[in-house]
Amino acid sequence: MKTKLAPRFAGTKLADEAQSILRSCVHCGFCNATCPTYQELNDERDGPRGRIYLIKQLFEGADVTSATRTHLDRCLTCRSCETTCPSGVQYGRLIDMARGVMEHELPRSPGQRAIRWGLRKTLPNATLFGALLRIGQSVRPMMPPALKNKIPPRQISPRQHKRSDTHKRVMLLLEGCAQPSATPNTNAAVTRVLDRLGISLIAPAKAGCCGAVSYHLGAHDEGLDHMRANIDAWWPDIENGAEAIVISASGCGTMIKEYGHLLKDDPIYAQKATRVSDLAKDIAEILANEPLDRLKLRPTGKKIAVHTPCTLQHGQAQPDLISNILKRSGFELLLTSENHLCCGSAGTYSILQPTLAKRLLKRKINALEGQKPDVIATANIGCQLHLQTGTKTPIVHWIELIDQVIEI
Amino acid sequence: MPDTNKMVRNELVKEFSSFLPADSIIADAETQKPYECDGLSAYCEMPLLVVLPSTIEQVEKIVTICHHRKVPIVARGAGTSLCAGAMPNEQGVLLGLAKFNKILEIDADARTARVQPGVTNLSISQAVRDLGLYYAPDPSSQIACTIGGNVAENSGGVHCLKYGLTVHNILELKMITAQGEFLTIGSQALDTPGLDLLALMTGSEGLLGIMVEITVKLLPTPENARVVMAGFDSVIQAGDAVRDIIANGIIPAGLEMMDHLAITASEDFAHAGYPTQSHALLLCELDGTDAEVDAYITRIENIFKKQGATTIKVSQNEAERVLFWKGRKSAFPAIGRLSPDYYCMDGSIPRSQISHVLSKIASLAQRYGLRVANVFHAGDGNLHPLILYDAGVPGELERTEQLGGEILELCVEAGGCITGEHGVGIEKIRQMPAQFSDQEIKQFMVIKDAFDPLGLLNPGKGIPTLKQCQEYRALNREHSHDHGHEAHAHD
Ligand code: SF4
Ligand code: SF4
Repeated sequence: MKTKLAPRFAGTKLADEAQSILRSCVHCGFCNATCPTYQELNDERDGPRGRIYLIKQLFEGADVTSATRTHLDRCLTCRSCETTCPSGVQYGRLIDMARGVMEHELPRSPGQRAIRWGLRKTLPNATLFGALLRIGQSVRPMMPPALKNKIPPRQISPRQHKRSDTHKRVMLLLEGCAQPSATPNTNAAVTRVLDRLGISLIAPAKAGCCGAVSYHLGAHDEGLDHMRANIDAWWPDIENGAEAIVISASGCGTMIKEYGHLLKDDPIYAQKATRVSDLAKDIAEILANEPLDRLKLRPTGKKIAVHTPCTLQHGQAQPDLISNILKRSGFELLLTSENHLCCGSAGTYSILQPTLAKRLLKRKINALEGQKPDVIATANIGCQLHLQTGTKTPIVHWIELIDQVIEI
Repeated sequence: MPDTNKMVRNELVKEFSSFLPADSIIADAETQKPYECDGLSAYCEMPLLVVLPSTIEQVEKIVTICHHRKVPIVARGAGTSLCAGAMPNEQGVLLGLAKFNKILEIDADARTARVQPGVTNLSISQAVRDLGLYYAPDPSSQIACTIGGNVAENSGGVHCLKYGLTVHNILELKMITAQGEFLTIGSQALDTPGLDLLALMTGSEGLLGIMVEITVKLLPTPENARVVMAGFDSVIQAGDAVRDIIANGIIPAGLEMMDHLAITASEDFAHAGYPTQSHALLLCELDGTDAEVDAYITRIENIFKKQGATTIKVSQNEAERVLFWKGRKSAFPAIGRLSPDYYCMDGSIPRSQISHVLSKIASLAQRYGLRVANVFHAGDGNLHPLILYDAGVPGELERTEQLGGEILELCVEAGGCITGEHGVGIEKIRQMPAQFSDQEIKQFMVIKDAFDPLGLLNPGKGIPTLKQCQEYRALNREHSHDHGHEAHAHD
C-alpha cells in the first residue's frame, strides 16, 4: 500500500521500518477474519486492516486524536492477524511503534497515565507483586465474588521446589514477575521435569521482568532498560556455557525472542541481545527435542482441552507444539473450536479493556469446553489466571500435567 | 467537504441517531478513513457517512430516509472486493453489513442454510461440516469475504468448474429495495413461477437492491477428494494439459494454474511443498467415491506425464489437500511479498486460447516494463493476471491501469469477457464499451431504472453512462495510438 511519511518522520529509523511494514500490506482483508476484536465488533476500525490504515494516517502526518487511540487500544496485540496474513505484514511491530509514537505525541489524561504507570511499576516487580498478592489472598475469603475472582488462591506446591545443580547440562530459567507468587507450581514442575532429563537450571537473582509490560504499553525506553538488565544478569552464565534460556510463560518468551531486533541499534547490547534471543526457548521447544521416553510417563485418563496462548501460536508461530507433546506423552486431547482466538488476557488488556476481555473470555471458555474437559492446559500465566476467572474447570500449565505423571 | 454536504450529513446523523447506537454511526473523517476503499485500495473516496446497522428494520429505515433525501447508498460486506465495488460515494452513505453475521437456520434434510449477508463464505461450510455438508462456491478470499458480497458479484472460486457459481447455489434472497421496501426473491423450492429474478439479482453489484438474507444450497461432502499437483517447465505445457483433461471428458472439482512468480510467493507463505523451480503449477482436484477418485487420479497423472510434468504429487490426506489449496487461495495477497502493490485483473477466455493469451500477456508486460504474475481458474478459462507495481513511483499506477486495460481487451479479442467473477465495479467500467454496444448498455440502464429510478444504489459502478462510453472509446483509441509511438521509441 502506498505510504508517504510525513516530513517530521522522514529519515528516522523507526518511521522507515513502519513505512516498509505499511507498504507490505495489500489491503486484502484476510486478517479481519481471524481478529478477535473484529469478530466481536464487526467494525473495520477494530480489525487489523483498519488499524493499519489508521496507523498509516498517523505516520503520514494527519491530525490524530484519541478517536484513533480508542481503536488501537482495543487491539490485543495477539498477532492472530500476522499468522493469517499471506503478505507477511509484521503487524505486532507496527502497532508497538505506533503506540510508542502516540504515547509521546498525545499524552493521556492524568488518571489514565496513573493507571498505566501503576501497572508498569507493580507487575514487573516480583517482590512488590508478590507482597500485594499475599495481602489480596489473605483477605480474599471476605471479598465479594466479582473481586474474589480476580485474585488467584494460593497454590500449594505438591513437592518442594528444589533446585538441582548437579547436572552437566545447564540452562537459565526465567523466573518471571508474577509467577513466583501466583503460580509457583509451574516452574517447580519445569525444574523437576528437566532434572529428570538431566538438565540443571540456574536463575540469577538480578534477572527480572522481560520488559513486555512496559514495552507493549508504549513505554519503550523503560522496556528496553528491563531487557538490558536481563542481558547483563544472564551474560556470565551464557559465557559459561548455559545451553538455553528456558521460559515457561510464552508471553515473556515472545518478548525475549525479540530482544535482538529491538536492541539492534544499541552499539553495546546489539550482539548480546541477538545471542540472548537465539537462546530463548519456550519449555515446549526444549521438550520437543528431548527423549520423552526417559521420563517414564503414565498418563491418567483425564480429558484435556488445550489453549495455546497467542504468544506461542502467533508470536512464536508454534500452534501445535503443546498439543503434539501432550499427545506424544499419551494424553487424550479433546477437539476445541476457534483455536486461533485470544482469551482476552493479553498482558494488561484484561485490566485496561475489561468489557471486551470478558466477552472474549466467555467465547473462549465456550470454545474450550465444547467436549467437557476435566482440565484445560495452557502455557502462559496471564492466560491461565484469566481463563480461571471464567470457569470452574481447573486451568493449569501443561508442564504440570507432565510432571504429575512422571513415574517416581 | 462542501457546506451542503456537511448539512446533509449532520441531519442524517440526527435522524439515524434515533434508532442506531452511537458507535454504529461514523461521521468523523479521522476514523472514517479505513472505510474509504475496499480490497482495491488504489481507488478510494471518503463517504459522507458510515453506518453499521444490525437489524433489517434499521436497514429499512436507513434506506427509506436516504431515498426520501435522495442520498446515494453503497452497501459493503467485508470490503474484500477487487473491483472497487464497495468503494464509497462522496455524497452518500456507506452501509456496512458486517454486523449481519449470523447463520439463522440450517436445514440438514433440505440441505439449505438461511444466513445473514455478513456471514463469511467459509464459515457456512464450517458450520455444516459435522452434518457432512458444505457450501460449494469458494472464492479465494473465502476466509474473509461475505456471502452478501458473493451474491452481489456472483462469485465463483476453485470449485465452480464442477459445482457452479453463486447463482447456481442459492435459493432465496431477501432484500431491501431502493425505496426501502422489503422484498423476497426466489423461494425455498428449486423453482419459482415468473421471471428468474434471482438470477438477475445475483451479480447485480449492489445496483438493484440490498441483500439482507440469503438461503444457500448445501452439498453433501464427497466421500473422497484428492488433489494432484504437478509442476511444468512452461505455461504452454500446463495449458495443454488443461486442454487434454477437458477433452478427455473429465470434470475435476477444481483445476487451477499458477505461474512461477505466483508459485514462489504462495509457497513462501503456505509452505505447501510447491515446486518453486517450476514455471507452471497445476492443481487438479478429483472428488467422488474412492474408486472413482482412484481411477481419475491415474488418468490425470498420465495426462500430466504425457505433457512433460517435472513433478507430480497427490495429496495423501485431508490435511494435505487443504494445504495444497492454502497456497493457491492466498496467492493474491502473497504477491504482496514480491511487490508493495498489485493490480488484480479478472478476465475470461476460451480454454483453447490459454497458451496464446498467456504469451501475449508476457510480451505486453515486457513492453510496459512491469511484472505480471498469473493465477487462474484454468478449468473454466478465468484468468487473474496480477500486475506488480509500486504506487509510490509516479506514473506507475497509470501504466499499470493501461496494461490492465490492454489485457482485458486482449481477452475480448480472444473471444472472452472482461470479467470472470470479480465484477465490474469501477475498476472495469472503462472496458465495458469494449465488451458491449451502446444498445446493450441501454438495456442495462432500463433494468437499473426499473429497480432504482433515482439511481441511488451504488451509483457510478457497473454500468457506464453512454457519454462515458463514447469518451472511453475515444480515449482507448488515443491510448493505443500513443502507445504505438511509445513502443516504437523503446524499440
Ligand atoms: S492480511 Fe495482511 S496484507 Fe491483507 S489486509 Fe491484512 S495485513 Fe494487509
Ligand atoms: S493483534 Fe489481534 S486484536 Fe490486534 S489487530 Fe491483530 S488480530 Fe486483531
